[in-house]
Order: sequence, then C-alpha cells, then structure tokens
Amino acid sequence: MTTLLALPYWQETAIKLGVALAVIPTTSLILVYLFLFKMMAFMQSRLGPNDTGPYGSLQLIAEAIKFLQKEDIHPAQADRRVFRMAPVVVLASTFLLYVVLPAGPDAVVQNLDTGVFYAMAVSSLSVLGILMAGWASANKYALLGGLRAAGQLIAYELPLILAVMGVVVQAETLNLQGIVHAQATGEIFGFGAIGNPFILTQFLAFLIFMIAAQAELTQTPFDMPVAETELVGGFHVEYTGFRFLLFFMAEFGTAFAFSALAAVMFLGGWWIPGFDVDDNILNILGPGVMLAKILLVAFFIFWVRFTYPRLREDQLQKFAWKILIPLALANIVLTGIFKVVF
Amino acid sequence: MTTTSDREQMAYVAAQAADARVNVELDTGDMTLNIGPQHPATHGTLRIACKLDGEQVVVAEPIMGYMHRGYEKLCEVRTYPQCTTLVNRIDWLGSFANEVPFILAAERLMEVEAPPRAQWIRTILFELSRIANLSLFLGDMGVQIGALTPVFFAFRDRERVLNQIEEVTGGRFHPNFDRIGGLKDDIPKGWVDETRSVMTKMRTFCDEMEDLLVGNEIFQARCRGVGVIPADVALGHGLSGANLRASGIDWDLRRDANPGLAWDQIDWRVWTHPDGDSFARYWVRLQETREATRIVDQLLDGIPTGPIMAKVPRIIKVPAGEAYVSTENPLGEMGYYIVSKGDLGPFRVKIRTPSFNNISVVPWVMKGVYVPDVITILGSLYFILGDIDR
Repeated sequence: MTTLLALPYWQETAIKLGVALAVIPTTSLILVYLFLFKMMAFMQSRLGPNDTGPYGSLQLIAEAIKFLQKEDIHPAQADRRVFRMAPVVVLASTFLLYVVLPAGPDAVVQNLDTGVFYAMAVSSLSVLGILMAGWASANKYALLGGLRAAGQLIAYELPLILAVMGVVVQAETLNLQGIVHAQATGEIFGFGAIGNPFILTQFLAFLIFMIAAQAELTQTPFDMPVAETELVGGFHVEYTGFRFLLFFMAEFGTAFAFSALAAVMFLGGWWIPGFDVDDNILNILGPGVMLAKILLVAFFIFWVRFTYPRLREDQLQKFAWKILIPLALANIVLTGIFKVVF
Repeated sequence: MTTTSDREQMAYVAAQAADARVNVELDTGDMTLNIGPQHPATHGTLRIACKLDGEQVVVAEPIMGYMHRGYEKLCEVRTYPQCTTLVNRIDWLGSFANEVPFILAAERLMEVEAPPRAQWIRTILFELSRIANLSLFLGDMGVQIGALTPVFFAFRDRERVLNQIEEVTGGRFHPNFDRIGGLKDDIPKGWVDETRSVMTKMRTFCDEMEDLLVGNEIFQARCRGVGVIPADVALGHGLSGANLRASGIDWDLRRDANPGLAWDQIDWRVWTHPDGDSFARYWVRLQETREATRIVDQLLDGIPTGPIMAKVPRIIKVPAGEAYVSTENPLGEMGYYIVSKGDLGPFRVKIRTPSFNNISVVPWVMKGVYVPDVITILGSLYFILGDIDR
C-alpha cells in the first residue's frame, strides 16, 4: 500500500484522529441540514426551518445552542453510570464505522483486509448502547424501546450481512478498497467503460441492503424503538441536552456511514469512469464523488423516512425472517452459480 | 355484549397470542404501563392504565377526568347567550357544531324558529367545522401510525377552512356565532366563491390522503383487522358517528332526525363500511369529509334570501319546560338536555358528548392487542379530550 504522505507514525495518527473527530459532527450536520431541514420542510410544507437566516442556515446553530443549554437530567431511579455511558457507546460504534470507509485510493483511515466484516461487526455495537440506555433509564417506555431495538437490530443484522455476502462473492474480497477495484476493473458482457457497479448485477442485494440499513438506523418504516407516538421516543426518552445530542449525532452519522457503505459496495465508490484506479488525482476527486453518491443514497433513505408509516414489531420480524433472509440467501446462491459458470 | 362477538374476540386474541407463545410459556409476569395522562397519542390528558404481558395488553382501562371543567354546572349560572361561549370549548376542533344543538334546544323551548337563510348558513358552518375537524383526524391518524407527513398537510389545508369560518364569524376556533333565533351576522361579500374554491382544495387534500395512507401497504397492514368492533358491541357501548357507521350500521342523525337544518333539502349520502376495524373508521371519515365538501358546495348554490334573525325579545327568557336536541357532530351524536324554569339561564343542562361514549368501548376492544395497536385504536376511535371531560 502506498501512502499519500510519508509522515512519522504519531503525526499520521494525530492527523487521522483530528480528521475523525471533525468528520462525524460535520457529516451528521450535512445530513441534518440537507434532509431533516431542507427536504423535510419542503416535503411537509413546514415553514420554520427554511426561514432562519440565509437559506435556513442559522437553524442548525439555533438547534445546537438549544441542546447545549438544556439541563442535564438523570432520572432518580436511573443507573447513573450506565445511563451516562450509553450515548458514548452508541457514538463510538459510529466512529468505528468511519475507520474503513474509503474516499480515494489512499484516502482511508485504515485499509483493513476484512473491511466489510469489520464494518458489519462494529455497526452492531450500537445495540449495546441502546440496550444500556433503555435499561438504565428506569423508564417503562425506554425499556420497551430498548428491547424492541435489540430484537430489531439483531433481526436485521442477518439480511444486511447476507446481502453484503453477494457483493463479497462477486468481488472475491472483504476489503472495501478491493471491492472498489473490482467494480472499477470489472466488465459487464465485455463492456467495461463504466466498470461494473454492483448495483447492476447485485440489484436484489442492494435493495435488501437498503431495507436492512433502514432498520439498522431505526428510521421509518422501522422506527418502533423510538416510535414517538407510542413510546414517546423509546430508549432516549429520558435523555436531555447534550446526551440527547450525542444520540442524535450518532443516528445521522450512522446514516451517513451506511450510505457510504452502500456507495462503496454498490455504486462504484470513489472511482470515476475514465481514470486509472490508482491515479493519484482520485485522492482529490474521490471524496467529492463519494459525497455525491452518499447524498444520493441518503436522499432515498430519508425520502422513505418521511413518506411511510411505521410497521408493527411482529410485522417487522416476519418481514425480516420470512422475506428478506430467504431472498438474501437465494441471492448468494445465484451469485455463486453465476460466479462459477461465467 | 353477546356470545358471538365474545367468541370472535377470543379468536382474534388467540391468533395474536399464537405469535407470542414463548411469552405465555415463560410466564414473565405483568407490567403496568400508564399511557398518559401526558402522552402524545392521547391528544390531551386521557390516561389509559394498561396491564402488559410483554407487549400484549391484558387489561386496558381508560381513566378520565383530568380535564373536567364542569361545563354542565357552569351553564346553570349563565344566561342562554352566554352558554354558547362555554359549549364552544367542548369539541374544540369543530366548535361551531357544538353551539348548534344547544341553540336548537333553546329555540324549541321558546318555540322560535330561525329564518331559512339562517338555517342554511348554520348548516354550511356546521359542515365547515366538520371538515376542519375531520381533516385533522385524517392527517393525525398518519402520525399515530408513524407517517409524519400527512399531519402537516392536514394542518396546512385545515387552515383554509378555518380562514373561511373566521371570515364569517370572526373566530377561528371559538366562533360564538349562533344566536337563539338566528345568527349574529350575515356572510361577507365574496365569501361564497372563496369557500367554493376552498372546497375544491379540500377534495384534493382528501385525494392526497387516499394516496399517502389508504393506498399504502404498511398503513393497511397496521389498520386492517386491528381493533375490530362488531355491530352489536358498537351498539351496546353507545357508539355514534363514524365509529358506528364503520361497524356497518347505517345511522346518521343528519338524515334520521334532522332538527330543522338544511340537510333534507340537498342530495347527499351516508357512508358505511362493513369491517368495523381501524381501517374502516379511517375510510368512513375520509368519505365523510369528501361528502361534506359536496354538501357545502350544494348549500352554497341555494342560500335563500331573507333575514338572518327571527323576532326574539332583547332579554331572552326561556319558558319552563324540558327539551333534548341532538345533532350529528363531527365526532358523533352530540345532544343537550335543557331543563328550564323560566329564568334567564337554564336550570340544568345535561351534555351528551360523543367521545365520552365512544371511548367506553376501549377496555373491550383492547384486550390482547399489542402496544402499537393501542395507539392505532385510540387514533382511529378519534376522541377530543374536551369532548370526553367537558
């Protein structure tokens, strides 16, 4: 692996740490601003978010100040230490996801050989945090929300991983950079000008991945763990101020990370047709391409979120076990057959 | 309650319990969950004490009275014209409709009849408040089930109807416009055409709701077969309005017991649905909103000319006697039983509000449902807290 900059280890690490600390709030802010404020306000004819400051940009600052000045409340019965740790655990899982997301041939924090495996593994860490929050709040709604979240996230880990397996089989690697390379150098029936973005050959896997990601992010139609109208916010019902902001940031940061995973695995990642895969210029252009693709994917995630009602917990489980998982398994089998035959 | 419906309900419970067999075997003990008094799904301060086994409701008991304002008693120390200010605030989403039966009952005691023009405008405002009330339900049901967008559309379009009501009465929520013997004022110039265009927009809104919710698979999955109220149970618990019509009973006071308003002079129909589930209740209200826009359109075409006030004395004294008048309000049958002793104010007023009776079916219908279904059922029964605790 070539390195972009030849720096001592500690300097490189410090830069990476700084970037990582800046990147999560920035990405979640981008999503909140573009989709939660702009798109939702437009779709639902809400007046406020579009009018605060130029293009509604001051709304973000107003929201942030609002959260920061709220009192930090612990419920009397709460398990204080677990209660305080929970949002950090959730946010940590989001941070860990960003480690393997590539934005260029060398623009990646750590190019792990088992990148896909790693991403799937750390993304499920957030369940722990949510369960902790639900349990430690000493609130019945929070408990119900936490348990729902646990059941749901475990049920949807499976289709998520199985959907990704199709891509892995086709790319013959677990390395996310390797998957981008496989898409860039691949061809469809001898036509290789745009490479082989796996959304074309793995469309079923893409659909399953997006549905399962929606459930992982606890977005509508799979938002029973937070369900405002029945559980009044679910696992984070007792959280105020900055701790709630951490959950909020984790939610949108994870949405960004999952969009990035979808962009890398199905839309060709940072590669631009016409460029050599290892061209150094892609380290500059790649992040822009990635951002565009991520926003495209995130647009669909949020579009669904603002349009659909919410399923019931049992319906969700049925949907995962009876439809998504068999479909994902069939997809793996089909991919395997095609891989051997062609 | 008959044995057939009991058996039907047990079958429904058993079907749902089959999915949760594991819980039954482990016997995890019950948890008491208080839904409310402050909970987003109760539109106010209704409390439902639920006993849960896992996420399944074993017993649900509605506890009301958190918003009791003593209107029946307050009416006794006020004159008749002052009472309309109070009754405005019972069902606050369709306020004008609350005034009408009270005024009609007082008129019946005084043996006064409002002139035809007043009756027509009363009917128009009555239907406008029905549209304002039901359109909010159409959006709000979406939010109960998790779709955020419909409720914003509902608020956006309800505003147009409220503007029309405001233009005539001067009040968006509490018009206080109905008088014994007629109305306070005539309609302003140009109002008829504006209202007609608003009705067109409301029909578009109904189409939007049909697209967003009725046609949506998830909405159907959440509503169909949830909270089934068979016809005999609905009658037994004194349900009225769309909740009764959704159980397949063709009963509408506008048609069956019209107390003199203009409904019998135009062409309209009563919508029913045979299923009796949450979806049926939504569907019936959607059709009723559409029908109400058609009613308003027809009424606007034929407003008779003439005075808007009958001859009534300046100081209103209602002769001794008793009268009960009820009308088909947006939520169901609303009636006032007035006992007069010949004074300036009523001696006793009994208010029959639809929501109070409608939620009496809650303990029956919520046996064995899941927590999310509790919200669906509460949303589809559609009550207004002011209408339960008046």
